[in-house]
Amino acid sequence: MAAVAAKYPEFQALGVEVLSVSTDSRQVHKIWQEEELSKMVEGGVPFPMLSDGGGRIGTVYGVYDEAAGVDIRGRFLIDPDFVIRATEVLTAEVGRNPDELIRQVKAFQHVVATGEVTPSGWQPGQKTLTPGPDLVGKVWQEWKP
Amino acid sequence: MAKEVDGCVKPAAGPLVAEPTPAKETPFKEVQMTVARTGKEAPDFEATAYVAGEGFKNIKLSDYRGKWIVLCFYPGDFTFV
Repeated sequence: MAAVAAKYPEFQALGVEVLSVSTDSRQVHKIWQEEELSKMVEGGVPFPMLSDGGGRIGTVYGVYDEAAGVDIRGRFLIDPDFVIRATEVLTAEVGRNPDELIRQVKAFQHVVATGEVTPSGWQPGQKTLTPGPDLVGKVWQEWKP
Repeated sequence: MAKEVDGCVKPAAGPLVAEPTPAKETPFKEVQMTVARTGKEAPDFEATAYVAGEGFKNIKLSDYRGKWIVLCFYPGDFTFV
């Protein structure tokens, strides 16, 4: 979570609210914040740290591992209409890449604002496509990997 | 920093949607499950939370409706990645 916390100013600039969830109690979240996170990242984790004791929320989100009793590393990007736009779920061993998440936020915000679509790996400022009958079979003229 | 709120918070409700039914109780019926799906509405829930600088409080996902939300699950505090 420290890696996401370190990027928090970028999320804020994009108008994104971050919430973290684990099966730990709120009391343990507090001590983790005070004893460790605040020493990894200045200010620690500035967003709410939610508790999912029993894994009921993780079960509904498909990320609760009953055998281990923990929520695995699932990340959901939810738009202002409350629709899940992007999902990434990793087992515990590999950490997330917050830069890819930020790229996806920018791409979805662009798509919602313009009605365009963004090709693979799109970054702000790069070519977008406007879907329609005229584009069928002609994408190659507009965009190449 | 302001004094953080002490937390005799009420137990949180958990999922505010229909939860998956344990399969063993309904072996021959189709099980109604609310599971998060990309492209569909996010299942709402209420959880207890710690907020640095504020203290303990209960938070609903739908408190943030109207904003972009990143919801991150992780395996546990004090783990290594």
